[in-house]
Amino acid sequence: MTMKTILAGATLALGLATGAAAQDTTTVGFVYVGPIGDGGWTYEHNKGRLAVEEHFGDAVETVFVESVPEGADAERVMTQMALQGADLIFTTSFGYMDQTIAVAEKFPDVRFEHATGYKRADNVSTYSARFYEGRAVQGHIAGQMTESNIIGYIASFPIPEVIRGINSAYLHAQEVNPDVEFKIIWAYTWFDPAKEAEAANVLIEQGADVILQHTDSTAPQAAAQAAGNVVTFGQASDMSEFAPFPRVSSIIDDWAPYYIARTQAVIDGTWESTDTWDGIGPGMVGIGEITDAVPADIKASAEDLVERLRTGEYHAFTGPINKQDGSAWLADGEIADDGTLAGMDFYVEGLTGDIPQ
Amino acid sequence: MIMLEKRPQPSRGWIFATPVVAVLMTMFFGALLFAALGQDPLVTIRTIFLDPLFSEFAWFYRPQLLIKGAPLVLIAIGLSFGFRAGIWNIGAEGQYIVGAICGAAVGLAFYPMESFIIFPLMIIAGAIGGLMWAMIPGVLRVRFGTNEILVSLMLVYVAEQLLASMALGALRNPDGMGFPGSRNLSQYDSAANLEIIAGSGMHWGVVTAFIAVILAYIALSRHIFGFNVRLSGQSPRAARFAGVNPGKLILICMGISGALAGLAGLFEVAGPAGQISIDFNVGYGFTAIIVAFLGRLHPVGILLAGGLMALTYIGGEIAQSNLGLPIAAIQILQGMLLFFLLAVDVLTNYRIKFGRERTA
Repeated sequence: MTMKTILAGATLALGLATGAAAQDTTTVGFVYVGPIGDGGWTYEHNKGRLAVEEHFGDAVETVFVESVPEGADAERVMTQMALQGADLIFTTSFGYMDQTIAVAEKFPDVRFEHATGYKRADNVSTYSARFYEGRAVQGHIAGQMTESNIIGYIASFPIPEVIRGINSAYLHAQEVNPDVEFKIIWAYTWFDPAKEAEAANVLIEQGADVILQHTDSTAPQAAAQAAGNVVTFGQASDMSEFAPFPRVSSIIDDWAPYYIARTQAVIDGTWESTDTWDGIGPGMVGIGEITDAVPADIKASAEDLVERLRTGEYHAFTGPINKQDGSAWLADGEIADDGTLAGMDFYVEGLTGDIPQ
Repeated sequence: MIMLEKRPQPSRGWIFATPVVAVLMTMFFGALLFAALGQDPLVTIRTIFLDPLFSEFAWFYRPQLLIKGAPLVLIAIGLSFGFRAGIWNIGAEGQYIVGAICGAAVGLAFYPMESFIIFPLMIIAGAIGGLMWAMIPGVLRVRFGTNEILVSLMLVYVAEQLLASMALGALRNPDGMGFPGSRNLSQYDSAANLEIIAGSGMHWGVVTAFIAVILAYIALSRHIFGFNVRLSGQSPRAARFAGVNPGKLILICMGISGALAGLAGLFEVAGPAGQISIDFNVGYGFTAIIVAFLGRLHPVGILLAGGLMALTYIGGEIAQSNLGLPIAAIQILQGMLLFFLLAVDVLTNYRIKFGRERTA
């Protein structure tokens, strides 16, 4: 037996072994934009991954790569996962959109799920959460908690997702407190503790006594805690280490049910390309515990709002609503359609300032 | 008693040996680190340093090395001129961004016209964009004596804001439903920086990087310009006597590094990245500084160093997904590389002596 045949035999045996293993277990890959310890966006996606592992046990193997830059690196990581036998790959950042589509084209047998994007293919689904429902609850509480009537808002990037959140929070704050004013700072980052803390401090100096954030770090929470009398809400994850005050509630991204359902679909062979946009009802958006720092009557009405959103009895964008320039958007009782919400690029009436271009 | 004794001349042997020793030490201490993390150290080192080259899927990883390494080499070559002359352009990242914006803007302006002239025009725009951005710290230094390290670094942050503004405003994809990011240039034939041979990873940026290495080698070792650059770095006073105009040298060195960084940005945005997006830059401009020093500011060294850095990136990704290694461990490994290089570098200029310290 020459060396060559031994090697060939070994390769064959190895190939058979991996082939057999591939049939038994389903491999699910996750591509993360941040570190799994960011305490926000990626942290929650990773919790979803861990839930998949726990739910399926040995039947499913998960792999992940963290802090993957959007662009060529993302494409390489996805390709690598597909090559190594992943059956289903979740790409968890908007910026992975074109790369997901490109890699999916090369691997028609691998299923892809792209978070927060709008491009789909036969083997690419998209999914996102109706965070604006959570923003409605935040606005409802914030409008009543503020004494200075100034609410600070740390926004990330002027994209529909963020603008939708500002509008939803403002509408529901204004509903319970007509004098409320929003001061918005654009941080141009999703995760930068130093920048976020600075933004929070500027807002506090300008008189804000409630801070809402669409960035993922806990730095604004810490800044509010240092200031002493400023209310905050957890973003993306519960941030309960700042409860009961300043953090009085939170919006939690709960991807676990969706990840488990989609993995199950792959195992059952029933996976299809879909576009999912779920809210409080199906459990993709969670509202963290409203603490006792919130007066009982406000807490009760906030919980009632959560319930009405959950059952679908109430939609967070129900007319009459005017756009910022005073033109009519939704008539009395009219409900916003998903298309307009998905591409939202305008403020509602009452918000001051312009959306940066 | 271990003592360090200054060598009369830097050791030629150690100049070449230090990068190799640094890599070996990185592997050794990296292995200890991985063992402490509960990984098999040998498997981890093999995954990072060898799997991209020789594993089952090496046919996919090898071209990726070119794609990942090309911008590093291109930028580092440009930086090496200035670094040799004692001109510290730390802001290549900003020049990379501005080159990409300018090049992409030219391409997008022609959309959807198809013409062979578009891509060359984009290349020129990319180079000029990077060059002009580098001229800001260059001219300020020559004219007002400002510190080019600070100014070029600060301009990186300005460039990042400019990038965000472009992705959200002027260059935003009109068909993108309000989402940030430009049209995808790699899907626009006349503007796409595609692979010259499919599957080889050889796009125009890789070709340009190789050409830059050759031209830099000729310029530095066979041309009076290279002599002036080296002389200015070693002895500014002597250079002045030799007739070198320091202001002109600063502008030329800043210009070369800016133009090459701009080119790297253009080739990236038109090819592998595909579009101007908020997070388009991923730190090539900063990593290239490490590559330049790891390659001893020598063109061939830079080529090898760029390949090595690309290897740790790609191998690091494989180790993450196959072995579950955290990315922080990979970053520590890359940091160790520079650390050991600087540490071992002492042997180039000093010799270790064992023995009793003599009293006079």
